[in-house]
Amino acid sequence: MAALLETRGLTAQYGQFKALFGVDLQVAPGECVAIIGANGAGKTTLMRSITGVLRNAPEMILHNGIPIGALSADQVMQRGIAMVPEGRRLFPSLSVEENLLIGGQVRRGDGRWTLEAVYTLFPVLRERRRSPGTALSGGQQQMVAIGRALMSNPGLLLCDEISLGLAPVVIRDIYAALPAIRETGAAVVIVEQDISRALSVADRIYCMMEGRVTLTGRAADMTRDAIHAAYFGNAA
Amino acid sequence: MIWLDTIVQGILLGGLYALFAAGLSLVFGIMRLVNLAHGDLIIFAAFAILLIVGSTGLNPFLAALLAAPVMFAVGWALQAFVLNRVLGRDILPPLLVTFGLSVALQNGLLEAFSADSQRIRAGALESASIDLGPVTVGVMPLLTFASAVGAIFLLNRLFYTTALGRAFRATSDDAVTASLMGINPRSVFAIATGLAMVIVTLAALYLGMRSNFDPSIGPARLIYAFEAVIIGGLGSLWGTLLGGAIIGVAQTIGAQINPEWQILAGHIAFLVVLLIRPRGLFPRAVD
Ligand SMILES: Nc1ncnc2c1ncn2[C@@H]1O[C@H](COP(=O)(O)OP(=O)(O)OP(=O)(O)O)[C@@H](O)[C@H]1O
Ligand SMILES: [Mg+2]
Repeated sequence: MAALLETRGLTAQYGQFKALFGVDLQVAPGECVAIIGANGAGKTTLMRSITGVLRNAPEMILHNGIPIGALSADQVMQRGIAMVPEGRRLFPSLSVEENLLIGGQVRRGDGRWTLEAVYTLFPVLRERRRSPGTALSGGQQQMVAIGRALMSNPGLLLCDEISLGLAPVVIRDIYAALPAIRETGAAVVIVEQDISRALSVADRIYCMMEGRVTLTGRAADMTRDAIHAAYFGNAA
Repeated sequence: MIWLDTIVQGILLGGLYALFAAGLSLVFGIMRLVNLAHGDLIIFAAFAILLIVGSTGLNPFLAALLAAPVMFAVGWALQAFVLNRVLGRDILPPLLVTFGLSVALQNGLLEAFSADSQRIRAGALESASIDLGPVTVGVMPLLTFASAVGAIFLLNRLFYTTALGRAFRATSDDAVTASLMGINPRSVFAIATGLAMVIVTLAALYLGMRSNFDPSIGPARLIYAFEAVIIGGLGSLWGTLLGGAIIGVAQTIGAQINPEWQILAGHIAFLVVLLIRPRGLFPRAVD
């Protein structure tokens, strides 16, 4: 079966600086994949490449077997790949509800995610729907960012560090939404620095270091030592 | 009563300046682009209306209605094929390109229409006036002002109540994240510049009916527009209307004192407002 998403020898660079050196990644339909790795490992760069913010050779990224590496970000999104970007990046000029609506401006079919469904998933957003998105607490903003990505009914949801800077109880609330998201059949890729959190929610793990994948496998099969070596390098 | 009259005439004159400025404000608000050819595009549109009136004998308002979609296409193409290529982190390239466009438009219009002064004839409307008790106002200035209010009202509705307006605001906030929402920033920009040219057409209609114009007067209209936008606060459309009114009132008061002071008084008002409120009267919270 063709993977939902596949990268083949994916490279990326910022000017002269190479940030990714041949990353191979596969995501099956409905699967939850976690990407872990230290600061600067290239996790966000990988997300930017997949979503088309950074352009690539076409065949370096395949979606349902079709090369999408050279598509622009809006074209990639229209294929059903939605992104919860690092740092949430809500639109300050838009209210909470408008932030959600803009995520659904390009909708695929009549899937399950609507304003109503997002408000049911995150009830606090309903109360704050008229506030400017950026007037909310960090955790609430993260909920808006997730809801905004869901509104397009994506087949693949990419989440970059959704727990960054949040209190443990808030992180728990946010991760509590994951089963409802996966229930719709969407595949989810989460970038997560908290290794035990990643192991507990994901089917499979990729560990990155300095622009390369250093370890991959089923979350259930991972040992502490293997992850430690892949995360910090064998020299550590 | 002379002062009341002066102020009312000034506010109405401000409507014309607001029309000059609204398109500039719209484009700046969405893509942080200052189009130095804005004034020349107004003159270009005035000649387009003149040409339509001359060749079809249509009423100028109907001629403007025909010119508007053409101007939308001109704006769309200008953005899609020229300005989108030079928009970026550096603000200089768009300034240079629009400056070049300004010079090219002036020369092109000079070639095509000569340096002669032109006027869009509006018949009886030109001299019609209404008695409003204490003041008597010309129908033409009143129509101009009403059109400015109407245009700004509609633009605001578009901005704050439609999906397109939402995309305008989101793209203005953060073009990269907007593209992650499936929005193509370049096509949003092209639509915005097209819309700005529709307002330019409206400005050109009133400019051409109210005064003589020739290919060289674009840059001065740009200055008025620019001042109105800055006074109002960058990106605020109602602020732009107020900015236009302030310049208009300053000009009529200046002219009342000494006719030679009209233009100067407008510029002085601009400087005074900037001294008191460097970011304009209604600055946007986020920039
Ligand atoms: N815009 C940029 N210009 C230049 N270099 C960049 C840019 N963005 C990232 N980098 C560099 O690319 C490398 C990978 O960065 P990236 O943001 O992908 O890492 P990350 O794994 O997401 O890290 P973090 O956990 O801190 O978010 C780093 O060395 C970083 O300094
Ligand atoms: Mg990152």
